[in-house]
Amino acid sequence: MTSTAAQQFTGRAARAARATRRGRRPGRRRERAWAYLMVAPMTIGLGVFYLWPIAQTFYYSFTSSGPFGGHTWTGTDNYKALADDPTVGQAVVNTLVYTGIQLVGVPLAILLAALLNQQNLRGRSVYRVIFFLPAVTMPVAMAMLWRWMYDGNYGLVNYLLSTVGIQGPHWASDPAYAPYALAAIGIWMSLGYNMVIFLAGLQGIPAEYYEAARMDGAGPVRTFLRITVPLLTPSIFFVTVLTLINSLQMFDLAYMMMSTPNAPAGNGNPALPKVRSIPYLFFQKSFVEHDIGFGAAVAFVLVGFIVLMTFIQFRLQKKWVHYA
Amino acid sequence: MVALLRRRLGAIALHTLLIAGGVVMLFPFLWMMLTAFKGQQQMIQDPLGWLPDPWRPENFPDALGMMPFGRAYWNSFYIATVVVVATLLSASMAAYAFARIEFPFSKTLFMVFLLTQMVPSQVTLVPLYVMLSKFGWIDTHWALIVPAIANPFAVFMMRQFIRSVPVELEEAARLDGANRWTIFTRIVLPNVRPGLAALGIIVFLGSWNSFLYPLIFLNSEDNYTVPLLLSQFKGQHGGLNYGLVLAASAVSVIPMLIAFLIGQRRIINSMAASGLGGR
Repeated sequence: MTSTAAQQFTGRAARAARATRRGRRPGRRRERAWAYLMVAPMTIGLGVFYLWPIAQTFYYSFTSSGPFGGHTWTGTDNYKALADDPTVGQAVVNTLVYTGIQLVGVPLAILLAALLNQQNLRGRSVYRVIFFLPAVTMPVAMAMLWRWMYDGNYGLVNYLLSTVGIQGPHWASDPAYAPYALAAIGIWMSLGYNMVIFLAGLQGIPAEYYEAARMDGAGPVRTFLRITVPLLTPSIFFVTVLTLINSLQMFDLAYMMMSTPNAPAGNGNPALPKVRSIPYLFFQKSFVEHDIGFGAAVAFVLVGFIVLMTFIQFRLQKKWVHYA
Repeated sequence: MVALLRRRLGAIALHTLLIAGGVVMLFPFLWMMLTAFKGQQQMIQDPLGWLPDPWRPENFPDALGMMPFGRAYWNSFYIATVVVVATLLSASMAAYAFARIEFPFSKTLFMVFLLTQMVPSQVTLVPLYVMLSKFGWIDTHWALIVPAIANPFAVFMMRQFIRSVPVELEEAARLDGANRWTIFTRIVLPNVRPGLAALGIIVFLGSWNSFLYPLIFLNSEDNYTVPLLLSQFKGQHGGLNYGLVLAASAVSVIPMLIAFLIGQRRIINSMAASGLGGR
């Protein structure tokens, strides 16, 4: 056995040596073949189901579609129309408001994680489960539940408000309140996930730092601001980028909160103009009004925002993120 | 003595705060369960009564009987399972090549993977619809399975896990003449099992909760997934009978909640791992 293995090995070595003499590194080509084979399924999938559709949408955004599906090149007409369309501007504002409020949820998650990270805190895993629960439940079901709780006449929220003498609005259909009511659900659903990321980050901070801070007589607030927050910046960065990307793409919650039995796309809801996010507008334009070209342009506005925000984040990263 | 008292008070304040927060997080679920047992009569006459009076467990069979929930469950479950298996395999294959083999354009290709991750799904939706209808996949589950497997995030996450496996393990096998496929299946995969489990959970949840794709790609009720069926439930029987609506919601959510409670440690750690992968 050993001898045959050895023979095989020397044979291989000899062949490799011959290959090298001929100017080819041994096994290099075979290695590449394996690499290409292994990358192929995912690359083909991405090409067919991502890259090619993205390119097509980009093309559509410069066309107008006829009733029978043909596309006519119209140059930048869609983008011009979009710039003049107040619903687009409003959708951008709505999306930014929603995203801004979601970002406010980030410090909340940090605080929560810091509270839960204390040593010998009783029932830590129970708290962790409770706060995480909304993050694993189906957004559609949660939106339905919240719609009921937000009901103007029979909802729980207004009932609780009435016990302290406040007459609450119709949260899901009052244009002045619906955007914030929606954002509150968003925070409720993402708080637990963000908290878990921060908890993992906190557990990576060496205990010696806290030891040293205590030696120097630093109080809890000072320790939190001077040690915890700076060392947590990689996690903060990650959560912020993720929150930005996810909030800019928010659709399910708004769609479910706005739609009614008679108007599935939410057209009957007076709060829709104030709640409609860019993805929502895209959905309406493309799949309800079948204005493919305009919808494609809206989609690329969204891409622009995501790229811009991510770019800004990565640029600013150097200023405030400390990698240990 | 004073220090001890202060620490006690601190602990009490902390727990009060956390419990208050916990109540806010949990209360909607409790309210959902209570409402799910209420009858239409009570919803109109006394919508804010805390406890159902009378309790109407019939809401559950009634809600289930109105639409093919069993069917939707099966659809959601098998779609998510197929997506998970196929994604784990194709993503870890690609991730292994990116992590361990030098090949031309590997960096560029990986960059492209990373960038596609940033593109929102909406951008691909219309051409995807056209393409899938050419394939004859509209209103079939292929439309939810095959495109979902192309998941750049999964490649990225698996690459992080594979890079943490010591290369020495592979080198021994290579000296024995094992090829890349053998190394991948026999050495690398068994060593990244926790990573596979973590990614599997994330992908499963993503598929299970997904709403936009089923909404656009499916037409007939028999093919619906749970979220889509639930959204239509309100469409047909909405209005005041929230008891039934929330019974349906509860039915949609409870199995996942039970699964979560059983596997909570692993699931939460997977989510945390997804964050570390992003570093």
